Amino acid sequence: MLSQLDYDVVIVGAGGAGLRAAIEIAEQSPDTKIALISKVYPMRSHTVAAEGGAAGVAKDEDSLEHHFNDTVAGGDWLCDQDAVEYFVETAPKELTRMENWGCPWSRTEDGKPAVRPFGGMKVERTWYAADKTGFHMLHTLFQTSLKFPSIERYDEYFSTDIIAEDGQVYGVTAIDMRSGDVRFFRAKSVVICTGGAGRVFPFTTNGAIKTGDGMAMAYRAGVPLKDMEFVQYHPTGLPGTGILITEGSRGEGGLLKNKDGYRYLQDYDLGPPDPWPRKKAMELGPRDRLSQAFWQEQQKGNTVETTFGDAVHLDLRHLGEAKIMERLPMVRELAMSYMSVDPVHEPIPVRPVVHYTMGGIDTDIEAATPVAGLYAAGECACVSINGANRLGSNSLTELLVFGARAGKNAALFAMDCEQPASEAKIQALAQQAIDRVNALYDKKGTESIPGLRDEMNDIMEKGAGIYRQKDLLEQAFNDLRELKKRYENIELQDHSKVYNTDLVQAVELGAMIDVARAMVISALSREESRGSHQRLDFEQRDDKQFLCHSLATYRGQDDPELSYRDVVITKSQPAERVYGGDV
Amino acid sequence: MTTNTRTIEIEVLRYNPSKDEHPYYQTYQVPCQEEWVVLDAVNYIKDNLDRTLSYRWSCHMAVCGSCGMMVNGKPTLSCHSFIRDMPDKIRIEPLENFPVARDLIVDMDSFVTKLTSVKPYIVPAEKLDEPRSYTQLPSQLKKFKQYTQCINCLLCYSACPQVSMVEDFIGPAALALAHRYNQDSRDVGRSAREDVVHSNAGIWECSFVGACSDVCPKNVDPAAAIQQTKIAATGDFFKGFLMPWTTTNKKVTLEVE
Repeated sequence: MLSQLDYDVVIVGAGGAGLRAAIEIAEQSPDTKIALISKVYPMRSHTVAAEGGAAGVAKDEDSLEHHFNDTVAGGDWLCDQDAVEYFVETAPKELTRMENWGCPWSRTEDGKPAVRPFGGMKVERTWYAADKTGFHMLHTLFQTSLKFPSIERYDEYFSTDIIAEDGQVYGVTAIDMRSGDVRFFRAKSVVICTGGAGRVFPFTTNGAIKTGDGMAMAYRAGVPLKDMEFVQYHPTGLPGTGILITEGSRGEGGLLKNKDGYRYLQDYDLGPPDPWPRKKAMELGPRDRLSQAFWQEQQKGNTVETTFGDAVHLDLRHLGEAKIMERLPMVRELAMSYMSVDPVHEPIPVRPVVHYTMGGIDTDIEAATPVAGLYAAGECACVSINGANRLGSNSLTELLVFGARAGKNAALFAMDCEQPASEAKIQALAQQAIDRVNALYDKKGTESIPGLRDEMNDIMEKGAGIYRQKDLLEQAFNDLRELKKRYENIELQDHSKVYNTDLVQAVELGAMIDVARAMVISALSREESRGSHQRLDFEQRDDKQFLCHSLATYRGQDDPELSYRDVVITKSQPAERVYGGDV
Repeated sequence: MTTNTRTIEIEVLRYNPSKDEHPYYQTYQVPCQEEWVVLDAVNYIKDNLDRTLSYRWSCHMAVCGSCGMMVNGKPTLSCHSFIRDMPDKIRIEPLENFPVARDLIVDMDSFVTKLTSVKPYIVPAEKLDEPRSYTQLPSQLKKFKQYTQCINCLLCYSACPQVSMVEDFIGPAALALAHRYNQDSRDVGRSAREDVVHSNAGIWECSFVGACSDVCPKNVDPAAAIQQTKIAATGDFFKGFLMPWTTTNKKVTLEVE
């Protein structure tokens, strides 16, 4: 018997984007019935771990045009410029709205929200709440959402499938983790806000929950995954754990030094080092260039050896204890706890770590996917404002701007849409999806879930890291094809219905393998170097052939199909990315 | 890569309501690296020794609040509890004062209900058509900043003797959050929160043992928040007799655009 719940809009994922979408709908159309489904309680969502801040023009000497230009150049001209225009325009309003909802933004002496410099940004425009900006934004959004009775939450419901027919969405299926029941959330529109997929890699800042579930669900439902080859390495994570040390620490004046105490970034077109501080130069260059510089230093033997691999030094000592405690208290606490290093007295060992998926579910500027009624926002989506390399602090703002827009459009769609498919047909599809999940309990097989996961992590690290080349990508692609077959042969060890995390991890692994395949085929086919995608065998950017988005379409066990779509250019013609210089 | 490894005996309280009549302890021998946190050892069990163990975790950096457990009898964030500080034998149990849903997963519905009941959001003085920033001086921010740091990890509920005795006690984290909004210069919702915060299940239930503040991994100090609320509530009570028009007024300044 199908367990069905009926809603106007179902939102999957209750991090920053999902909560913002829900609040938008609840505020603008209180009669719309909303289900907000998440595999974790909202305050556990990974938005919580963002540290440095959220970008939006705030100062008199700044302008929307500057924010636009920084973002487009930062993305190596792969951003859709109409989306970036909308983004920079809406950003200050959304950040101010967060202020009205109680976000404890750090303040200037005269009581205005303060802004700090960030990598690749020409003017200070990163709003921050010390170094816990994502945490404060998430809790502010979650607490604000409690005001609205029309937001019905389904916490610890793990979504498994989007139900769509003939190019239109009709709901999602989800496991109630507490009971094991798989239920059908029948909805007129669906918003996916499930975050990124950093966990396909072994060394990542991403929490355990960031397994690309929503990306894979949309992909299987016929939506292409866009620009998946673009994976951001954050230049400063702690060795071993991959714990993020915010770019805000460089915004506040932190320096990167190699084993000789030399500010090596000056050797990679980011200098000269003086005068300092200077925007868009040296330590305030973009993340792709800084992570690549680390790799080069490592090749030269200039990195520092640690127990957990090579590192460089992030030096904050000259900031002094008072400033570190005011602006970067969490950085200090993390370094002391997890590295036994007090940044007041010693430099912090750091290394690049997988941080963000620029690519994701293909949406247009309205946050709409090609499937009618299906929307996506936040890290799971690719709209695309981030292009080939996201600038730090644009993503916290992105989840507000496009979370709100996805919510608004999903509500409008729900009010006014035809529902052409028959209910019997829709329910049959939902039942099939539910049966597939339930079949996992009794399935026999020989493959281990953590075993396959570790192999996948290993394949991605070897084949699709900071620098890539054809033969290694091909090897990774073949290995993943094999892994996808072997996944059919997994067997659960836990057969209980109650909080079966073995089952959840099995479904997550399936999602990650699909996402990983899309990443690798897109990387293999992009025979150029752009932003975070660097090919040792194609070292130059090639605008003639590749000023376009890659779109991977799901084909089951068969290889994904790849196609391309032109980038939207409104006012910034591709040019050389220039950082450093005398400014 | 060289790290020191030490085998630790980890005893975990297991319970699956769909098949176990009673909870029981299960013991695992775990080769732990000294750099690990306790959560890493639990993950080792899950990946290598026993796929049926259920628990919550995500961020591994003490900010998502998922992985609270009793570690050797103390409410602890397992991702912020270091193997280097641990003896050769560790006992891990679900957080106390909550019903166990399975293994190390507790049922936290009651907490979410309590949190919601204190209206933990800004009640504004006026409705704005378009967002405009309030002026809030650093000194005003400082009055409540500490109470915004709560990650809802539930350690304080697990440590609190009143929570264990009085089921509907609103509890430390939710009362601290109410105080956070009451102290925010942008908020005028204090009187709207009074029904719950000043009720018998609210601040007056707290006996000021301070266990909540001792275990808080984020130094929120809920005990101080509750004491400050008590003092303010007492003040209101007397002031209400003498000057009934003054109790809920608060000046909210909008930035001049």
